[in-house]
Amino acid sequence: MKTSSGNRRPRYAILGNRLVVVCLLALLAIAVLSIVGTIASPYSVEEISFDQNFEGPSLGGGHWFGTDDLGRDLFVRTLKGTQITFLIAIVATMVSLVIGVTYGAIAGYFGGKIDAIMMRAVDALYAMPFIFFVILLMVVFERSLTLMFIAIGAINWLDTARIVRGQTISLKQRAFVDAARMVGVSNFAIIARHIAPNLLGIVIVYVTLTIPQIILFESFLSFLGLGVQEPQTSLGALVSEGVSRMERAPWMLLFPASFLAVMLLCLNFLGDGLRDVFDPKSAKA
Amino acid sequence: MQHFRANLTHSLKRFAAAFLACAILISGCGGGDNGEFANVLNRSLGPEPETLDVHAALSTQAATVLRDLGEGLTAYSASGELVAAAAERWEVSDDGLEYKFWLRPEARWSNGESVTAEHFVYSFRRLVNPKTAAPYAQHLIDIENAEAIVKKGGPVDSLGVNAESDFELTIRLARSVPYFLKLLAHNSTYPVFPPSVEEHGPAFARAGNLISNGAYKLDDRTMGAVISLSRNEHYWNNANTAIDRVRHFIAPDETAEVNRFRAGELDITETVSTQMFAKLREEMPDALRVAPFLQVYYYGLNLTKPPFKGNRKLRQALSMAIDRETIVDKVIGRGEQAAYGWMPPGVNNYDAMTFTYSTQSKADRHATARRLYLESGYSLRNPLQVEIRYNTSQTHKNIALAVQAMWRDVLGVETTLINEEFRVLLANMLAREVTQVFRSSWSGDYNDASSFLDIMKSGNPSNLTGFSDEDYDSLLERAATQMDPLFRQVYLEEAETRLLEEHPVIPIYFYVSKHLVSSRVIGWQDNVLDYHYSQHLSLKTND
Amino acid sequence: MLRFALLRILGAIPTLFVVIAVAFMLVHAAPGGPFDSERVLLPEVEQSILQAYHLDEPLPQQFARYLRGVLRGDFGPSYTHSEYDVSEIIFASFPVSFLLGAYALITALTLGVFFGLVAALRRNTAIDHLLSGLAMTGISIPVFVIAPVMVLLFAVHLGWLPASFSGGTGAGRFVLPVIALALPQLAYFARLFRASMIEVLESDYIRTARAQGLSTVSIIRHHALKPALLPLVSYLGPAIAAVLTGSVVVEQIFGIPGLGQHFVNGALNRDYTLVLGLVIFYAALIITLNLFVDLLYRYLDPRTRRQ
Repeated sequence: MKTSSGNRRPRYAILGNRLVVVCLLALLAIAVLSIVGTIASPYSVEEISFDQNFEGPSLGGGHWFGTDDLGRDLFVRTLKGTQITFLIAIVATMVSLVIGVTYGAIAGYFGGKIDAIMMRAVDALYAMPFIFFVILLMVVFERSLTLMFIAIGAINWLDTARIVRGQTISLKQRAFVDAARMVGVSNFAIIARHIAPNLLGIVIVYVTLTIPQIILFESFLSFLGLGVQEPQTSLGALVSEGVSRMERAPWMLLFPASFLAVMLLCLNFLGDGLRDVFDPKSAKA
Repeated sequence: MQHFRANLTHSLKRFAAAFLACAILISGCGGGDNGEFANVLNRSLGPEPETLDVHAALSTQAATVLRDLGEGLTAYSASGELVAAAAERWEVSDDGLEYKFWLRPEARWSNGESVTAEHFVYSFRRLVNPKTAAPYAQHLIDIENAEAIVKKGGPVDSLGVNAESDFELTIRLARSVPYFLKLLAHNSTYPVFPPSVEEHGPAFARAGNLISNGAYKLDDRTMGAVISLSRNEHYWNNANTAIDRVRHFIAPDETAEVNRFRAGELDITETVSTQMFAKLREEMPDALRVAPFLQVYYYGLNLTKPPFKGNRKLRQALSMAIDRETIVDKVIGRGEQAAYGWMPPGVNNYDAMTFTYSTQSKADRHATARRLYLESGYSLRNPLQVEIRYNTSQTHKNIALAVQAMWRDVLGVETTLINEEFRVLLANMLAREVTQVFRSSWSGDYNDASSFLDIMKSGNPSNLTGFSDEDYDSLLERAATQMDPLFRQVYLEEAETRLLEEHPVIPIYFYVSKHLVSSRVIGWQDNVLDYHYSQHLSLKTND
Repeated sequence: MLRFALLRILGAIPTLFVVIAVAFMLVHAAPGGPFDSERVLLPEVEQSILQAYHLDEPLPQQFARYLRGVLRGDFGPSYTHSEYDVSEIIFASFPVSFLLGAYALITALTLGVFFGLVAALRRNTAIDHLLSGLAMTGISIPVFVIAPVMVLLFAVHLGWLPASFSGGTGAGRFVLPVIALALPQLAYFARLFRASMIEVLESDYIRTARAQGLSTVSIIRHHALKPALLPLVSYLGPAIAAVLTGSVVVEQIFGIPGLGQHFVNGALNRDYTLVLGLVIFYAALIITLNLFVDLLYRYLDPRTRRQ
């Protein structure tokens, strides 16, 4: 990692690196656990047992995280929910990023009429009653998980586009862009080689802000009954179930919420670390 | 420039401080006057009522508020007995076709004017007028010429309701209706003040416009927050109204509602969530009021399409495979009762019927279920694949999961659960194209067996199953024309038996009404319609 | 600047038209109607209602009728709440959402910038991690968990604050809802500002200023603050919109008579006119806010002004 300023950088760099590594490992651990745990556990995600409902967590008794109100093992369900949440986060973010960055960069770079029209379109989309949009999609396309990812990502790209556009506008005023243009580099080459890498920093930070948004949006959809359907579950769905049973069975909230919080915290610190690595300053000509 | 930028932060800070100061000032005034009147009842309604127009209102929330605002010819007492209200007495002809009501001369609207028979005539006409498009027009459908008016647009003043004098009202029916007086206690038959409706149109139901003839008048309505009522001093029975002001709060979230009760902001809650129930039973057992309620939770079966079309044995097998006791005890657990029949207990002049297998042991039931399943054409190698549709709710989901497990364990049925948003489900249920098993419920608008049995008649719009049985229909016809109450009861019970044999629906449990009622409130009596008029209640004064 | 603003406003008209058209189609495409209920209406009664509200006409005709009304300023009666006009409902609920949202935003902005600033200055120290972590709770725990927990703690068990907005009096009833609304935005602002401030502090002209011997405070106030605020300004538009129209969850839990409830309930009740009215209102608001934000952006970043 290049440093461009004085002595302080290396010390921070090491610390940053350590934290990044810890978070990366934590996320990997959760991911691996979510897969291994669901396979290894004797309980299934959907096995109902009325005699064992609302049991508290007990290490010896078999149900490590306890059971829910239908007697289903919470450990397995939390892990399964983690899997789905990971999936949602990745896919929806990809969709959101691809659309948003492309759109925002083009709008910001070309400016003028193109920018005006594109941003007016964004304004128009913002004002859409997104609930109807989602209801409609869910109904017409019969609630497939894939479609939900796409729907969430498609709703989310608007913020990314705005931010990217803003940054692109600032960036294109910079000296190196003018220099490239003078030399005769094509517009798209400029976008791809000069603007995009410099966007990476803020985009990465924005990604780590978007993922929680996406995950929370999914839990809001679950809350409305439009999210992940039984027997699938997500951390968002588990958390929203857990809230209403907060006093009766606190473990139903505690475990999924902890997993969720840890995941999001790690994603955030990871984002920070990545930002350091991709800092455009160090790649400056 | 620098100077300006420095000032920017400075001015931002000052702006923020000023805003905060304004905020505190604004929030200080216009606040509620919770502490000022000790004689205020704080009740929760649950979700927002759609309207306070008696003729347009459909929801139970609206009905609760309307019962405080208005009064019909008859009403219910606190214990659930039918009593005289706006009418002080009445006479019914021997053939049951002519009703004569003598109204109370001292009855007044909230603006001081007299409540006259002409007002009732106007209101009933408005109810059946197709232009009003009242959902409960069918309550008066048995009045002479009502059907012609509703269905063919006949002249509204041909309705068989007449004001003989200021305080004498006669109603002629096209056919005898044994429970007609009960219909007149329902809020859809409450009168409206004609000059107000003529002047304001639909806006007559707004705060500031609404003139009411009940114990309270409408002060204010803030959508999403609260509907405030205060005492109608002109009400004929005002002397017996103890509470000065009633605030009906909107509380769409059940957990939040309970917390508001615990924090002392509510005296009465509309419901008690399943999740909190067990804890509250420990924490405040005296506040918990649970009582049987006239509503049934059922799984309807679409009889117009396979797999249920013409396959009674399959339908019965599925019904027998469900362990209702477990659902009621483990999945919900608020004291609901397992439903082995269609009619909830507590209906006047009626003994509810039950399935033939209601007393069988679980093992026997399951054995019979498996036999019927095989006979209906399915087996473990050729399992039934079926969909259960339900609308969004934790409880519906848990019950569906339980039923799914039970059908799988006992019969090997492969069930898919489909959660749909309410109106989507409704549209599907009405179309009868894609539904197979769907969750629904039915509650009685009035306390008579017909309120539950009529909807399963062929052609009844609320018959979501498509059930159409000649015997059933003719039994109901005979009951409708039967003057003798005992014979009528027999016909109705036979009809229910027939219904249960055919299994177009799988009743799961009978509802209970559940409320948290604070110890401040005196006079709360459980009743099977769950009507709790504020005028019957009073508050304990603190010393 | 003025020409820019005027052009924008003119450009907003076709935008609004597209918004109304698409929303209209979406709204009618969702299955189910405003007058459906389990207590199914007699077919004649249903026909009567549909006629009264012109819902039996072909869609293009209904749309034209609706547009004519809008141009007259008439957004129609609410289908669900028949005694009120849509415009009345919106204008009755908006002030509460606005007030609450404004408090929440100011709280989130000031605290967020403060946290972000301290975290950026003390980058990678314990304080940074602490503040960052704290800020993260705002976006790692959903509002519908935080709000009930706060109610349970502060209202039910401790009794310090009211459990609901409508049930409480005075300034106290604002506290919990404002915190619940502010928390997610606070987290975003803190994170954004921290990252942005870090970037700015490492840029050449800041290093130059430092080399020239200017104090940190002076650097921040005069050189770093404005550019560092830029990403927040970009985010401000959507943040304001989201907060102002009310978090549905917060309104549900605290019984707040704001706009958010109407959005969701309107959609679920298929109250076409109310939803369309809200869409138009929301769209106009967003367009105005985006204009304001862009103006602010141009003001703060002189480089973008030469357009």
